[in-house]
Amino acid sequence: MAFDSLSEKLQGVFKNLRSKGRLSEADVKAALKEVKMALLEADVNFKVVKQFTNTVTERAIGSDVMNGLNPGQMVIKIVNEELVNLMGSDVKDITFGTGGAITTIMMVGLQGAGKTTTTAKLAGKVKQRGKKPLLVACDIYRPAAIEQLQINGKKQEVEVFSLGDKEKPVKIAKAAMDYAKKNGFDVVIFDTAGRLHIDEDMMDELASIKNSVDILNTILVVDAMTGQDAVNVSSTFDEKIGIDGVIITKLDGDTRGGAALSIKAVTGKPILYAGMGEKLSDLEQFHPDRMASRILGMGDVLSLIEKAEAEIDKDAALQLSKKVKKASFDFNDYLTSMEQMKKLGGLTSILGMMPGINASQMAQIEGAVDDKKLAHTEAIILSMTPAERENPKLLNPSRKHRIAAGAGLDIAEVNRFIKQFEQSKKMMKQMPNMMGKGRRGMRFPF
Amino acid sequence: MAEKVSFWQRLIKGLTKTRDNFIKSMDYIFNGFTNIDEDFYEELEEVLIMGDIGVRTTETILDDLRDAVKKEHIKEPSECKAFLINEIKEQMALGEAAFDFEKKTSVVLVIGVNGVGKTTTIGKLAGKLKANGKKVMVAGADTFRAAASDQLKEWADRAGVDFVGGPEGSDPAAVVYDAVHAAKARGVDVLLVDTAGRLHNKKNLMNELSKINNTISKEFPEAYRETLIVLDGTTGQNALVQAKEFSEVTDISGIVLTKLDGTAKGGIAIAIQSELKLPVKYIGVGETIDDLEKFNADEFVDALFYVG
Ligand SMILES: Nc1nc2c(ncn2[C@@H]2O[C@H](COP(=O)(O)OP(=O)(O)OP(=O)(O)O)[C@@H](O)[C@H]2O)c(=O)[nH]1
Ligand SMILES: Nc1nc2c(ncn2[C@@H]2O[C@H](COP(=O)(O)OP(=O)(O)OP(=O)(O)O)[C@@H](O)[C@H]2O)c(=O)[nH]1
Ligand SMILES: [Mg+2]
Ligand SMILES: [Mg+2]
Repeated sequence: MAFDSLSEKLQGVFKNLRSKGRLSEADVKAALKEVKMALLEADVNFKVVKQFTNTVTERAIGSDVMNGLNPGQMVIKIVNEELVNLMGSDVKDITFGTGGAITTIMMVGLQGAGKTTTTAKLAGKVKQRGKKPLLVACDIYRPAAIEQLQINGKKQEVEVFSLGDKEKPVKIAKAAMDYAKKNGFDVVIFDTAGRLHIDEDMMDELASIKNSVDILNTILVVDAMTGQDAVNVSSTFDEKIGIDGVIITKLDGDTRGGAALSIKAVTGKPILYAGMGEKLSDLEQFHPDRMASRILGMGDVLSLIEKAEAEIDKDAALQLSKKVKKASFDFNDYLTSMEQMKKLGGLTSILGMMPGINASQMAQIEGAVDDKKLAHTEAIILSMTPAERENPKLLNPSRKHRIAAGAGLDIAEVNRFIKQFEQSKKMMKQMPNMMGKGRRGMRFPF
Repeated sequence: MAEKVSFWQRLIKGLTKTRDNFIKSMDYIFNGFTNIDEDFYEELEEVLIMGDIGVRTTETILDDLRDAVKKEHIKEPSECKAFLINEIKEQMALGEAAFDFEKKTSVVLVIGVNGVGKTTTIGKLAGKLKANGKKVMVAGADTFRAAASDQLKEWADRAGVDFVGGPEGSDPAAVVYDAVHAAKARGVDVLLVDTAGRLHNKKNLMNELSKINNTISKEFPEAYRETLIVLDGTTGQNALVQAKEFSEVTDISGIVLTKLDGTAKGGIAIAIQSELKLPVKYIGVGETIDDLEKFNADEFVDALFYVG
């Protein structure tokens, strides 16, 4: 496989990199040459790759090499972070109409991308949310396009509106809206014919649908296997019609899917959903950060980096638990561990890793550092003087009042937090012993 | 009717917008550089990769070019152009027997991933063969996708050829069995078998394809076999993986490269030819029945590098 040899090559290059402490320009360049290759193999557009690697070069040169990583891996770590940056990390959805307005969705894209199938999949999704969707057959050109939508509509138990293939799509769209209003549909999804972005007449057709019907979501459907041309296609659709979001299909294949990155880079429009198969239930929320690592295709290197990061966290955790044993755990440590917790995916996921914690202890701890309360907790600690943070015993009522005012919180909340802090501290003293018996042996302060 | 102008000729004459950008950039490279230096190679690399030729094949092409420049003392960028054209042309040229199936009693199995243009290609091919006086039958062995057989039936009507199919959800190998026997009974020259789109990493679907393939071999051993993989010209590097994986299941005899009427360059076909020795036999250049052309390596490369 092409990818194996790339990964091997990369490892080879890494061996020869020698920056110690800080990344040198030469090492960054050498590693990025391989990254560039990997991205191009993944079908990220050449120009996008070029710009991206320039950004990374600037950031990487002179950065500290993290403990446990070699310089090459450090570059990959930065690359991955920048990729996630570019892809975005938020999960986005279609826009629903407000104030009783019908949610309109128009599916557009090249031939065979997956519009008709995705229209039916999306109908299932909105139905699950208690909506009443209507599908509209605006593809009057492709043989049996209407039948295809009708069959899929039936499978989803969703009504399909069609005027056959003799009426113009604009007329069909308008009539469908009237029909939807009269019959209480609150979501209307228009399936349109596949078209080339350079086909002016067909692009005008979409523009005129948009002119005569208030389209809330214009969704570009793109095949995940698309190559370099993804840039031309998506930017032209965006310029000529205006797109609001993207759905990427056929991600159940083994393509690396670099088109996703290209599209995000040139249009800035969010990718909402991923098509994961031919079945009408195979539509998933799109996770841009996961896509970033799929495109980079260096899973082995990335998991190595994760391990190194976990090592570092483990080091810090070990430090903390030593402090706990000596009962010298203070508010500064509390802050540090809150930071770690955020990184490691919240409290419950950490508690899940710890043997020997029962439900009531879990509830207590959760009360103390409930993810939602983290911001408040942080504000409280930050309102303490350095001396108070190091020595919780200093906290007398007048100090507590000052802290509450500083944090903009009620005194009761400050009291509750401090009480919980003392409780957790007590519990933590016992915990290293309990955890010693555990199989996984991860030591966290909470 | 005047002799039909080929797609590539239309392209080169600027009658379609398809490759405007590409042509411009190639023009710029060969005319805009006075020396063969690193900048020149870099620009060339960019243009080739932007054409989906892929990193590795681009490297190979450029390495060969560098060698030639050294050995043959090439000094002018324009000579590089001539070299590249020749090299790719030679590689992409079709053998004598490429279209033998059109003249024999044959079964043409059409395969590929989802949505690449298999059914449409069959419709176009049926029209073409019929126009050449052949007795043609199409078999709808896509019993999975909604309205797949309605779609193929419509194409059969357009082409004026026989259609054999089965209900949605039925065994595609059974449809093929029926079709083969019907074709034999009716003295059909070419039987075109449409299959469901399938991603090559789905084991059960690939097994299903094997089964279809075996049915044809078993029920119609005397037929000349042609297996065409349809690749979307817009597809990037995954097309190479597709060609590889499908080759594992059936003996592919050729490629149909579709949707070249868009702005994609279909350069991955060059990589596939170079790595797998699979020739492109037809190109799809639109959605009407006439939009299928025999692949012409000279024209393909000429259009790629624009020698007017
Ligand atoms: N494996 C897989 N196949 C998909 C996915 N989405 C769509 N398909 C398949 O892709 C093919 C094309 O899908 P369609 O929904 O017909 O595409 P379209 O964009 O409506 O096509 P046109 O209307 O001809 O432009 C069909 O075989 C679908 O079953 C997906 O997420 N995964
Ligand atoms: N522009 C253009 N569109 C094409 C070409 N070939 C096929 N199409 C279109 O691509 C879409 C998919 O074509 P199909 O023939 O249904 O593809 P398929 O491979 O049979 O699809 P599945 O059976 O769903 O896997 C249709 O809208 C066709 O009209 C071509 O050469 N150019
Ligand atoms: Mg469709
Ligand atoms: Mg088909």
